[in-house]
Amino acid sequence: MASEGGKIDPMHQFMIEPIVPLNLAGYDISFTNSSLFMILVMATIWVFMLGGMKRQMVPGRWQAAVEGVNGFINDMVSTSVGPEGKKYVPLVFSLFMFILVANFMGMMPFGIVPGGHAFTVTSHLTVTAVLAILSFGTVLVVGFWKHKLHFFSLFVPHGTPWWLMWLIPFIELFSFLIRPFSLALRLFVAMTAGHVLMKVLAGFVINGLNADAAWVAPVVSLPAFILMIGITMLELLVCAIQAYVFALLTSLYINDAVNLH
Amino acid sequence: MPQISQILATYASQFFWLLIVFALIYFLIGKGILPKVDAAVDARDAKIASDLAAAEKVRGEAEGLEGAWQAELTQTRNAAQAEAQKAKAKAQKDAEARLAKADAEIAAKTSEAEAGIAKARAKALSGLEAVAADAAQDIVAKVSGIKVTPAQATLAVKAALTNG
Repeated sequence: MASEGGKIDPMHQFMIEPIVPLNLAGYDISFTNSSLFMILVMATIWVFMLGGMKRQMVPGRWQAAVEGVNGFINDMVSTSVGPEGKKYVPLVFSLFMFILVANFMGMMPFGIVPGGHAFTVTSHLTVTAVLAILSFGTVLVVGFWKHKLHFFSLFVPHGTPWWLMWLIPFIELFSFLIRPFSLALRLFVAMTAGHVLMKVLAGFVINGLNADAAWVAPVVSLPAFILMIGITMLELLVCAIQAYVFALLTSLYINDAVNLH
Repeated sequence: MPQISQILATYASQFFWLLIVFALIYFLIGKGILPKVDAAVDARDAKIASDLAAAEKVRGEAEGLEGAWQAELTQTRNAAQAEAQKAKAKAQKDAEARLAKADAEIAAKTSEAEAGIAKARAKALSGLEAVAADAAQDIVAKVSGIKVTPAQATLAVKAALTNG
C-alpha cells in the first residue's frame, strides 16, 4: 500500500519492482516481486503436494486433501475429455494449482509485515496471457497432431445446413481464435478488478479514520470496513472460481482437440 | 494501470520467470508427484475392490454351504421318514402275515377237532348200534323166544335208528 502524500493509489499494488536486476541477451529478466511470488506459489504447491506423498492406505487429513484435489482434477478432465484425457491431467492440474495458489497468495495479508505487500501474479496480463497461450497451444498441437488437417472440421459443426456454410465456419473460427484472449482477459480482469475494489474500500477506511472531521470515521469507515469483509469473502470465492473456470475451459478445449465435435 | 504501462519494461522478466516456474510445477509436481498420488489412490481403490470381491466370494461360499447343509438336512429327514414308513409298512405286513398264519392254524386245529369229534361220534354211534343190536337180540329172545341172528338184529336197529 503506497501512501504518497496521504493519497492511496489502488494501482500501486500491481507495480512490478526489480529485486535483483538481471540481463540476458539484451532482455531485462530481473528477479522482481512478481518472480518472487511465482516462486512462493510454486513452493506452496510443492509443500502441499509433499503431504500427498505419504501414500498411506488410510490417508491422514493432509493426504486426503491432496488426493481430493487430485480426484477433483481427474474427474473434471475425465468428464470433459473422457478416458483419453488422462495424459492432460498434469497440465490442467498445474494450471489450476498455479492460478488457485497465485490468486490466494495475492489475498494473503503480507502487508502486516512492514515494507511487505502482497502481489497477485495472476493480475498481470503478461502472466495470464502466457497461461492462456499454454492452454491454447496445447489444444492446437494436440489437435493437429491427432487429426492433421482434419482438425479444421472443428469449424464445421455437425448438421450445419449447406446454405449456412459460408457463415458458420467463420463464426466457429472466430470463437476458436478468441479463446486465448477470453481465457487471459477473464482471469486478469477478475483479479485486477477485485484487488482494485478491495484497495479502494481499504482507502475509504483509512482516509475516513484520518479525516479531520470526527463524524467521518463512523459514517464512512465503519460501513466501508463491513463491506470490505464481505468483498474479501467474495474475492476469495472469485479466486477459486477463476482457477476452476480456467481449468474447466482448458479441459473442454482439449476435448475439442482430442475428440473434435 | 501498471500491467499495461509497465508491459514493455517487464514482459521479458515475467515470461522468463513464469516459464521457469510453470515448467518446474508441470514437470516436478504435475508429472512427478501427481502420478504417485494417483497411484496411491488407485492402489487403495484396487485394494477396496479386491477386499469387497473376496468378501462377496466368501459370502457366496457360505451361502452355498448353507444351501448344501439345508439340502442334506432335507434329504436326511426325507430318508428317515421313508425308513419309518417302510418299517411301519413292514410291521403291518408282518402282523398281517402272523395273523393269517394264526388264523390258518386255528382253522386247521378247529377242523381237526371237528373231524375228531365227528369220528368219535361215528364211533360212538356204531358202538351204540352194536349195543342196541345185542340188546334187541336179547329182548327178542327173552320176549318171544325166537332166536334172532345178530345180522338181523343189526339190520333192524339200523333201520330203526335211521328212521327213528
